[in-house]
This record gives sequence, structure tokens and C-alpha cells, in this order.
Amino acid sequence: MEQANMDHAEGHDLHLTPEQEYGISKLGMWLFLGTEIMLFGGLFAAYAIFRAKYPEMFLESHQELNREMGAVNTCILIFSSLTMAIGVTAIQRGKQMLAGIMILVTIICGLGFGVVKYFEYGAKFAHHIYPDTNIFFSLYFMMTGLHMLHVFIGLAVLGVIMVLTFKGKFNEKYSTPVEMGGLYWHLVDLVWIYLFPLLYLVG
Amino acid sequence: MANHTVATNVYVPFLEQKGFLSWFLTTDHKRIGILYLISISLFFLIAGVLALLMRFELMTPMSDFVSPHTYNVLFTLHGSLMVFFFIVPGLAASFGNFLIPLMIGAPDVAFPKLNLASYWIYIVGAIITLIALLSPADTGWTFYTPYSATTDTDVVMITFGVFVLGFSSILTGMNFIVTIHKMRAPGMTWHRLPLFIWASYATAVLQLLATPVVGITLLMLIAERSLGVGFFDPAKGGDPVLFQNFFWFYSHPAVYIMIIPAMGVISEIIPVFARKPIFGYKAIAYSSLGIAFISFLVWAHHMFTSGISEVAATIFSFLTFLVAIPTAIKVFNWTATLYKGSIELHSAMLYALGFIFLFTIGGLTGVFLGALAVDIHLHDTYFVVAHMHYVMIGGTVMGFFGALHFWYPKWFGKMFNESVAKLAWFLVFVGFNITFFPQFFLGIQGMPRRYATYPEEFESLMALSTYGSWILGLGVLIMTVNLIKGLFSDEKAPQNPYGSLSLEWQVPSPPPTLNFDKIPIVTDWTYGYGKKKEVDA
Amino acid sequence: MTWIPEAASNLAGKVDGVLLVITLISIFFFVLISAVLIYFAVKYRRRREDEETPYITGNETFEIIWTVIPSILLILLFVYGYVVYKDMRTPPKDAVDITVTGKQWLWTFDYYNGKKTLNELYVKQNVPVRMIMRADDVLHSFFIPQFRVKQDILPGRYTQLWFIPTKVGTFDIFCAEYCGTGHSAMLGKVIVLSPEAYDIWEKGIGMDDGAAVSSLPPAELGEKIYKQKGCNACHSLDGSVVIGPSFKGLFGRTGVLENGKSYTADENYLIASIYEPQEEIVEGFQPVMPSFKGILSENEVDAVIAFIKTLK
Repeated sequence: MEQANMDHAEGHDLHLTPEQEYGISKLGMWLFLGTEIMLFGGLFAAYAIFRAKYPEMFLESHQELNREMGAVNTCILIFSSLTMAIGVTAIQRGKQMLAGIMILVTIICGLGFGVVKYFEYGAKFAHHIYPDTNIFFSLYFMMTGLHMLHVFIGLAVLGVIMVLTFKGKFNEKYSTPVEMGGLYWHLVDLVWIYLFPLLYLVG
Repeated sequence: MANHTVATNVYVPFLEQKGFLSWFLTTDHKRIGILYLISISLFFLIAGVLALLMRFELMTPMSDFVSPHTYNVLFTLHGSLMVFFFIVPGLAASFGNFLIPLMIGAPDVAFPKLNLASYWIYIVGAIITLIALLSPADTGWTFYTPYSATTDTDVVMITFGVFVLGFSSILTGMNFIVTIHKMRAPGMTWHRLPLFIWASYATAVLQLLATPVVGITLLMLIAERSLGVGFFDPAKGGDPVLFQNFFWFYSHPAVYIMIIPAMGVISEIIPVFARKPIFGYKAIAYSSLGIAFISFLVWAHHMFTSGISEVAATIFSFLTFLVAIPTAIKVFNWTATLYKGSIELHSAMLYALGFIFLFTIGGLTGVFLGALAVDIHLHDTYFVVAHMHYVMIGGTVMGFFGALHFWYPKWFGKMFNESVAKLAWFLVFVGFNITFFPQFFLGIQGMPRRYATYPEEFESLMALSTYGSWILGLGVLIMTVNLIKGLFSDEKAPQNPYGSLSLEWQVPSPPPTLNFDKIPIVTDWTYGYGKKKEVDA
Repeated sequence: MTWIPEAASNLAGKVDGVLLVITLISIFFFVLISAVLIYFAVKYRRRREDEETPYITGNETFEIIWTVIPSILLILLFVYGYVVYKDMRTPPKDAVDITVTGKQWLWTFDYYNGKKTLNELYVKQNVPVRMIMRADDVLHSFFIPQFRVKQDILPGRYTQLWFIPTKVGTFDIFCAEYCGTGHSAMLGKVIVLSPEAYDIWEKGIGMDDGAAVSSLPPAELGEKIYKQKGCNACHSLDGSVVIGPSFKGLFGRTGVLENGKSYTADENYLIASIYEPQEEIVEGFQPVMPSFKGILSENEVDAVIAFIKTLK
């Protein structure tokens, strides 16, 4: 995604107008999000199959998870999606400072999510719960782990975008990378909104 | 886009610039196409040599050339390299890269840097896989669990290599879809597009939607081996058949990722050498999309004997028969295109006609395997081996060779020796049939696949198959030498040696760095051959 | 060798019916397409550079014809294939049960009558048999070409197939799902006996050719057992290591065990290795060999040892 954004104009003499570049980046980003959904879709399918097979195991095991922490993380991510959306709107109106600050808040939320997750994983290991404990925890660690990886990638991307925003690279005429970063962050948020009830609220 | 043209400048062929970095940091789709072409061809030759070694071992019933374990490693490597490193990126990455912008009248793909990144991801995946050869896996290219989860050989490394490779495939697919949507020259409407573009589009959709599923499947397998997770291990509550479901959910569409671009190539070659418009343009174009769609719904036909329910087997058998229909439509339309044509049997045309012959056999034998009762008997026998090689070599590789001969003058600006090319085609065609046709009979007789040793009653047909592989190998060798020699010949290729109407032939050979002096304005479809020429409605 | 293997079960004829119909339809279409292709390529070959060609872009009638006709044929073939498949999946109620266990790289058969055999399946002619199958380790697939039956065998789950053997004789059992180094050596035989011969076998007189076998010299009997009981899947005769140690020069060999002790391959060691193979594993090998207790009698083990002694 980052590369997609860097491609503008300078590449192989594409001579694209900002509107063309926006259209191209947006289509590319949506296709990429489609790929991401298929990636998580595989794990969701595995979840559905094993939950149908072992309803009791899923019910029992999920009680080991910390609902409060999960709920806090859900709120953090939803809030970060909101700040990201405000940031995108701000840059479209040319308010660079506000946009930069909103992206910064989004990043802080993302880091907060990571910290909570760190304590959650730590607590699981302390209770000797590992990915090979049972299928439920295999799925739990793989799904949240893959999601965490996406959070980190999102943070890196947003970090670059934030710096560029503060440097004044974007304005109301050209805000494509901010919007693409926003789309990606919303996907990360969306995946978590599915993960939270499926893993923490099985009952 | 039309009013946003590049100023007319001096013709600089894209091959002009020399030096290592001018290649390895290039964002020119034509150069990236060459990088892919060289890489995939190398893997094709390596995996081909592995196949010759396997056939040599199989000349006699006993293990007298290599041990059973070595044989198992050989077919695993042959399959993995051919599938993941040659035929999946194959035509799409090499010719797709070269042709898509030229055919639609664009200066490059939509994301040139991403295109370069895709190539480098491919190379990283390839290097990881080559490291994996230090302790080569013996699971077969399908990595079926639980064997792949328990074997002592190094499965993690090779699956990780394939996993990395998947990103290359996904990003390339995304790049091509956006390019075809957004970069077409003015007047290049969807129904004027060359059929190769339609095929590339269908392929890219499959790459985008199917590849992540095999990615996650391989990740699960890696977790199985490294973290002790039990998704596929019955002892831990997992299900080995789940792996097969996931694997084929990708790998069946992947079959069409491999074959649809070749169908696109055939649809380009035949009209040019028959000097006729393609027959049934829309039928061919939409059948590519139809195949792509149905291909997501037929994966379990690889699993009729695996223990899936009867209901599932029945549904998947029915859907499998459906996929035969768009395929048949294409074959009939290609054949009809020849009617009242002015047919030149150029080497590229010979490969295209060879494709129709062999792919028809490949397609018809697929009907055998789709029929439930017959599949029970033929599944996992040499019949399947023969069928898949008729589709993959008879189809995709014939299309690849055809494309090589057809666009060679355009890409490199040189000519190869046409008589030698025809001889090589003859050897490939004959050798291929001697190698693989007997395998249909072996399969019906009950010879299982992946056997290092086999009962003596199969020896004569197995030996015949081995002799055929030598002829096939010789044909490929002659073809390779001929094409490489052509690069060093003095004969310059004309701009449009075959009188094609497609856009890529309207620029000099080799094309200039920026493809078009100014973005062309398209007024007619690509296949307006023949008299009483009318504007396509 | 005919192009279809002998039909030796009730299902074989039905499967061959579908196979034959598909073959005929395929040949028809292949010949049609090839003939038209070659005819066009010859008739319309380019004679002059400036030949004129007509501008034909398609024909809807043709498109409809060659969409509809193959569609109808394909649906008919699907139905025919399905009907026979349904038969193949529905065992009759009076079928006798035999339990099959696949293990790298052996077949074991447990019969309804309490008998147990290795790599050799004994069935009675014209009596329906239901095979209930399970794997111990990885995937295998139970395949008898002459019966046209095949079914994957999975660890942790039972699968089944059924057939009525219609011809007396011996037929191959292949493992059709790749299962590792010894995959191609995971062979068995199904021995279809006439009702009379089956009764004799069932009463425990031993192998069908018991009398002939016991009159063989020990070393020859041992060689026969070596092939019949699947020793050859793992133990070579030419010194090469397949899965287990080669039999060549085995007798009298000395070496080190996994537990650090040393061993000498004398009679006692070999008998112990056949009956209790997990007890003493030679260094560098995996503990994968099954016990042959209850499968080989002491006389038969003696014969195998006599055979090993001949392999210098």
C-alpha cells in the first residue's frame, strides 16, 4: 500500500493527474482489502467448522479469556477509527495540523491496543495457555496474532503518513495516501469487531 | 488521458540502456517482464530436468537409479517448482507484464514500483525455497496433512517460500486489474479489448481472491509444525481433510490461473495467422469470467475419495461438469475462426493448433474425472497425472511456447530460425504425446501415482513413456537453443511481421521505453481482419 | 493386456459402463474437432500473400448449438456417474465386516470371525464385504483396480467401502494416497476363495496353499513370507537402506542400539526383533515396525531367519 502511494507521477513517467492517481490508488486499495478479507476468511471458516464440531470446548475455553480487556480494546479501536476518519476529513478540507494530530491520536490508540494485548498474552502464558493447548486457543492465538501483525503494519504506515502530514505534503487537493491509510486502518478495526464477539463472547 | 500526451521524442528501444541497476531497479513493465521470463524459464528447465530424472528411474519397475526417498523428493520438487515458480506466475507475470500496457495503449502498469516489488518478492520466495533444498521435503507439492506435519524433512521452509511467493501473485493481480480498469487508451472500450486482456483480467481476479486462502493454509501448516497446533491433527481434535478443503479452494482456481492466460494467447495467435476476426468474441471473453467464477465452486472434486459426504461429492461433481461448458465453447470458437481463413502455419500458429488438440484431450479426460463413479477408480492413478499434464503442458506450456514464438520479434527486435522452430515444435508435440498418452492407459489399468517402484505388468507402457520424455526433452532443448541463438542474430525484426492489428504491433520492435509517442486513440476492435470491414457495433 | 483391467467385482461392470460411454463421447468430440481443425488448416492454407478473407465475427445459432448440446450431454453423464456412485456407496445389509488398518507401510485385516491377517485379504466369492477402515498414522488409500473400488483411509475417523467379489483369484491392493518413503511398497493382495476353499481357510488350516508351503525348504518358505507379509516394504535384499536395515549380510552383524547397548544379530536377536520390534531399535532407525506376534508362527519366523542367513 505504501508503495502504491509512492508511485505517483515520478515512477515510469505515467503522467497521471491527481484525480487519475486517486482513482487508481483507491481501486487498488479496495482490491487489496478484498485480499485481506479472504486471508482472514480462511481462519473464520476454520473457526466456524471447529466451533460446530466442538461447541463445549469453545464455551469452556473462552471463559479463560479476559472479556474486560477485550472490551477495552474494542472501544480503543472503534475510537481510533473515529479519530482516523476525522483526520481524513480534516486533510480533505486542508486542515493539516488537525489531521496530523488526529493521526497521532490514532497511532496512540493503536499502541494502547498493543499494550493491552501484551498483558493479555502474558496472562495466558502465565496460566500455561499456549497455541497448542487446544483448537480454540490455536485459533485465538492465530487470529489475534495475525490481527496484531496488521495493527503493527498499520501503525508503521500511519507513522509515515503522520510525518508527511506534519511536513505539509498533503492538502485539500492531494490527500490520497491519508485516505488509503485510513481505509487500511478501518479494515484492521473491522476485523477486530468480528474477532471480539467470536472469541470473547461465545456463549 | 488523450489530451495528456507525451511530446514526440526520438525512438529509444527499451532494451537500449545497459547495466545491472538499469535492470534490477527498473520500473519498466517490459523489462520486469523479461526478468520474470528469465526466472520462470530457469525454473521450468530445472523442474524439467527433475522430471527427466524421474522418468529415467521409472523406466524399470525397481529402484535402480535413485532410492524411493530420493524419488519422492524429486516429484515433490518437480511439482512445487513447476507449479509455484513456473506455471502460476508464468504467462501472467512475463507476457502479462509485457503485453497488458502495450495492448491497452498505456505507458506502463498502474503501479510500476509495486510491479518491481512483486518481482523482488518472487525472488525472495525463490531464494527461501532454494535454501529449503538443503533438506528437501518429500510431501508432494500438495503438502497433505498429516504426512506433511510429521515427516522429518523440512516442510516449513518450502511452504514459507511458497507463502512469500503468494504476495507476489496477489500484488501482480491487483496491479493488472487496476491497470485494465483505469489505464486503457481513449476508445479502448471493454468490447474492443484483445482477448488476452480479458484472460489476464479473469486470471488477476483469481490471483487476488484465491491466493490469500492458500497463504493462510500454509501458515496454519507452519503453525502445526512449529507451535504444535492441531488444526489438521486428529489426535488433537483437528481434521486432516480440512487441509485438503483449504488447499484445493486455492489450488483449483490456481489451475485456471495457469490455463486462462494461455487461452488468451491462443485467442491472439489464431486470428492473426488465419487473417480472420476471432469467432464469437463475446462468448470467449465472458467464458473466461465464467470459468473464473465456477472455479471457486469445484474444489472438492479433488477429494471424491477423501471421505467427504456423498451429498458434497454429488454437488461438486455437478458443478465440475458445468466448468466444462465454457471450456468447450472456447474450443469450438477457436476452430470456427479458421473457417475460410488464410492460414499460415507459422511456428506460433503450430503451437496454437497443438494447444487445441492437446487441450481438447485434457478437457475431455477431465470429464472422466468429474464423473463420480469413474473418478473413484481413476483418482490418484496415472490417469490423473496424464490429464493434468495434458492441461498443463498441452495447454499452458503450448500457450507459453506459442507466445514466445509469436511476440519474440516484438519483444527482442530479433528473429529466430523458423525452420528449426518448426522442427522443435514437432519434437515437443510428438514427444509429449508419447510421454503422456500411455499414462491414460496405465491409470485405467490401476497404476497409482507417486510410486517409486511398480509392479512388472506396467513396465512396457512406463518404458514407452520414458522414451517419449527424451524426445520431449530434446524438443525443448532445441527450441531453447534456437530462441537464445536468435537473440544474437543480425536479423532485425520488422515492426509488424504478421500484419496484426493489435496495438503492440503498431510500435517499433522492440518497443520504445515509453511504449507510445503519444497515447493512441482507438477506433476499432482488435480483430478487424478480412474484407467488408465494418465498425464493430 | 486389454485397456480395462479384469472386472472382478459386482461394481466393476457398472463403473465400466460409465467409463465406456464417456470414452465413446470423448472420442466422438475429439475426432470431430481434430478433423475439422486439420481440414480447415489444409483447405484454407495461405496460398498467396494477398488473399482476401471474409469478415465473419460470429454466429449466434452456432453458439447456442455448441453450448446446449454439450450441456445436455454433460448433465446426462453427471446423472449416470451419480447413479453408479450411489450404488458404490450403499452396502447391502447382509455384508460381512472386515476392519482394515493402514499403517506406514502395511495393511492389517481383522475379520468378523476373529481372524487377523497382514497384507493379505481373504474374501469369499459372491459374498458382499464391507471394509471398515482406519489409519494409524497418515493418510492412505485402499485401492483394488480389478474391483474398481478406492477409498482414502484417515487417522481418527472411519471410512468404508463395499464390494461383492465375483471371480476367484488373487488381485492387487495398492495404497493410492501418498504416505511417505514406503508408499510404493505398501502393496497387498486380495485373495478371493470359492466358498469351499474359504471354509477351509476359516477353520484355520492356514494359508490356502498351506500344504505346498510347508513342504518347501525353510529358506525358500522364508523368501515367500518375506514377499507376502510385506517385509520387502522396509527391508531390502541388496544392502540399500529403505526404512529398516537391509537383510543382506544381516545375520551375525554387530552394532549399537539406540539405548547405547550393543547387539549381535543372532537367532535370538532376530526372533525378538520380529515379535517385539519396539524393544531394541538399532541406532539410526525409527521405531516403526509392527509386531508380528500372532501373524507369523514360530516355524514361519524360523523360515524367515533361514532366508536371512542365505543373504551374505
